[in-house]
Amino acid sequence: MSKQEQHWEKSKGLLMMTLAIWFIFSIGIFLFGAEMNEVTGPFGYPLTYWFTCQGSLGIFVILIFWFANRQEKIDEEFGFSERGDD
Amino acid sequence: MIKGNFIDNLPKVYGIYTGGFLAFIIIMSIGEQMGMTAKVIGICFVAFTVAIYAIIGYLSRTAQADAYYVAGRQVPTVFNGMATAADWMSGASFVAMAGGIYFKGYGYMALLVGWTGGYVLVASLLAPYLRKFGCYTVPDFIGTRYGGNLTRFLAVVVLTVASFTYVTAQINATGTIASVALDIPFQYAVYVGLISILLCSMLGGMRGVTWTQVAQYIVLIIAYLLPVFWISNKMGAGFFPHFMLADEVSRIAELEAQFGFVKNSAENLKEVPKGLAGITKAHSAVNATPWAFISLALAMMMGTASLPHVMMRYFTTPSVKAARKSVGWSLFFIFLLYSSAPMLATLSKLSLIDPSLPTGIIGKSIAEVQSIDWYQNWNQANLMFVSDFNGNGTLELNEFFMGGKAVVLATPEIAGLPYVISGLVAAGGMAAAMSTADGLILAIANAISHDVYYKIIDPKAETAKRLVVARVLLVVIGFAGATIAAMEIQGILGSVIWAFDFAMSGLFFPLVLGVWWKRANREGAIAGMALGLISGAGYLIWVRTGGSGFLGITQLTFGIFGSAVSLVAMVVVSLMTSAPNAATQKMVDEVRVPAGRSILGKQ
Repeated sequence: MSKQEQHWEKSKGLLMMTLAIWFIFSIGIFLFGAEMNEVTGPFGYPLTYWFTCQGSLGIFVILIFWFANRQEKIDEEFGFSERGDD
Repeated sequence: MIKGNFIDNLPKVYGIYTGGFLAFIIIMSIGEQMGMTAKVIGICFVAFTVAIYAIIGYLSRTAQADAYYVAGRQVPTVFNGMATAADWMSGASFVAMAGGIYFKGYGYMALLVGWTGGYVLVASLLAPYLRKFGCYTVPDFIGTRYGGNLTRFLAVVVLTVASFTYVTAQINATGTIASVALDIPFQYAVYVGLISILLCSMLGGMRGVTWTQVAQYIVLIIAYLLPVFWISNKMGAGFFPHFMLADEVSRIAELEAQFGFVKNSAENLKEVPKGLAGITKAHSAVNATPWAFISLALAMMMGTASLPHVMMRYFTTPSVKAARKSVGWSLFFIFLLYSSAPMLATLSKLSLIDPSLPTGIIGKSIAEVQSIDWYQNWNQANLMFVSDFNGNGTLELNEFFMGGKAVVLATPEIAGLPYVISGLVAAGGMAAAMSTADGLILAIANAISHDVYYKIIDPKAETAKRLVVARVLLVVIGFAGATIAAMEIQGILGSVIWAFDFAMSGLFFPLVLGVWWKRANREGAIAGMALGLISGAGYLIWVRTGGSGFLGITQLTFGIFGSAVSLVAMVVVSLMTSAPNAATQKMVDEVRVPAGRSILGKQ
C-alpha cells in the first residue's frame, strides 16, 4: 500500500469511530428514552432529559475536538500535514 | 484603526467592542433609573447595535474576489466559530426555541440534539475536504468534482430552494423586531430590517459578513445568557442555572401531576387567539415515540451538513486543520445558547405555574390575573390569554395560554427585571435574525454570481464586473425575500425546518459521496440531486394536501425520504455508467490529503 492509501485507511478508521460515538449519543440512547428517564442523571436531572438539554450536546463538542486532534496526528504521521499553523 | 494587521488585533478589537457594549447596557440602565421610557430604550438598543454593524460592514469593504467570496481565507478558528454560531442561530432559535421546549417538551428537544449533532457530520465528513478543495461556493465543489454545467446548475437550484425557504423567515423576524422596537408598521419595518442586513454584506461580501457576525454573536449571547442567569438568581433557583435546576424540574413534574392536563373542548379553544397555546405536555417526561424523536433529529443533522450557508463559513479558514477545529468552536458557541434554552423554559414555566411563588398565576382568581400589569401588556401584544372555561373564577392550568415567543420576550418582565433587559433581548433577537439572513442571502447571491454567471455564462468576466453582478444579485434577492416576508404568508414560509429537509434531499449525498466514494460520477450526481429534491418536495406536497405519508415520515422530516431516494439514485446511476476519468480520481485523492495546494488554487 502506498503512503497515501495507508493514510486514507487510518482516516476512514477514525471516521468510523467518530460516527459510532455520534450515533450512540444522537440516536442510540433515544431508542430507550422512556426507560432511561427513570434514572437520575448528572446534577439530579432525569437522565434522558439531561441528555437532550446538555449531555448529548456537550459530548458532540468534545467529540469534534477529539476528532480534529486525532486526524491531525494521522496527517502528521504520514507527513501530510500543512505547513504553518492556524 | 482596524486596517493593516487587523487579524492580529482581533482579540483586542472585539474585547473593546464587548466592553463598549456592556458599558452601553449600564448607561441604558442608568437612563432607565433617570426616567427614560421603555420605548426610547428599545429604540436606542436596536439603533445603536445596527449602526455598529453597518460601520463594520463599511470598514470591511473590498474589491477583491478572494476577500468578497471567502474573506481572504484568513479568519482564525475561534472567530470563525463565533461567526458560524451567529450565522447558524436564527431569529427563530433566539426567540422561539425556549418557547418550543416550554410547550412541547421532549418531542421538541429532538431539534436541539439534531441542530448540534449535525456538526459532527460537518467536521468529519465534509468541512475539511471542501476547504482543501479551495472552492468559493458549495456548487463550485459539486461542479468541479463531477464536471459539467448541469451538475453545477442543479446544485445552485437546491441551494436556492433551501436557503430561500429559510431567508424569508429571517427577514420576517428582523421586521417583527424592528416594528416593535421602532414602533413602525410591519410592512415598512421589513424593509428597515432588509436595509440593515444589506449594510453588513453589500460592500464587503463574506469579509463584511464575517466581522459583523462576530459582533452579532457577542450581542446575542450576552442578550440570551444575562436574563437567564439573572432570573435564576432572582428566583433563588441557583446562581448557575445549568447545574442547579433539578429541583425546579422535579417541582414542575409534581405540579403537573397535581393539576393534571385537562383537555379543552374545541368550542372553548375557539375563544383562544390564534398562535397561542396552553401547557399540554409534560416538561421533562419522555412524550414522543423513539422514531418520532430520532427521525426528526436525524433529518436536522443531515440537513445541517447540507446547508450551504454554514458550509461556506469553513471556506474562510486559513487551513484544513483550522477548518476542523473551527467546527468544534462553532458548536461550542452554539452550545452556550442551546443549553440555556431549556433552563429558560424551566424558569419561565415554574415562575408562572407555581402557586407558592409570588409570580405564579395558576390558582389565583381570574380577575386578579387580569389586573396584573405584565399580563395586560402581553395580552395586548396578543401573546397571553386567560379565560375561565369552567366558570369557577379561578385560573386553572388549562385556562392559561401563551405565545411561543413570550417565553423569551416576557419572562424577564414577569420575573421583575428592569426594562433595559427587554431592550437587550430585542437587540439580541435582531442580531440573531440579521446574521442568519446575511449568511443566507450571501450564499444564494454568491452561488448565482459565481457559479451561474461567472462559471457558466461569462467565464471571461473581470473581477470588477463579477463583483458588481454579485452585489446586484444580493440586493435583488434581499428585496425578493423581503417582499415575500411582507406578504406574511407565515404558514407556508415560516417553517425553517423545511429548509433543512430540502437541503438534505438534494445535497447531502452528492456532497458526502463526492469525497468518500471515488466511483461517484456526473450522471449519478445529477440523478441524486434532481430525484432527491423532486421526491422530497413531492412528498411534502403530498402530505400537505392530505396524504397519509408512510413510515412515520411527516412534513417536518420529508428529507429522510428525499435523501434516501437521492442515495439510491446516485449509487445505481453511478454504477450503471462509466467510472469518472483518471484526472477526477486523482483530484479526489488530493482532496483527501491536507498538505499541498488547494485543487482550485488561488483564482
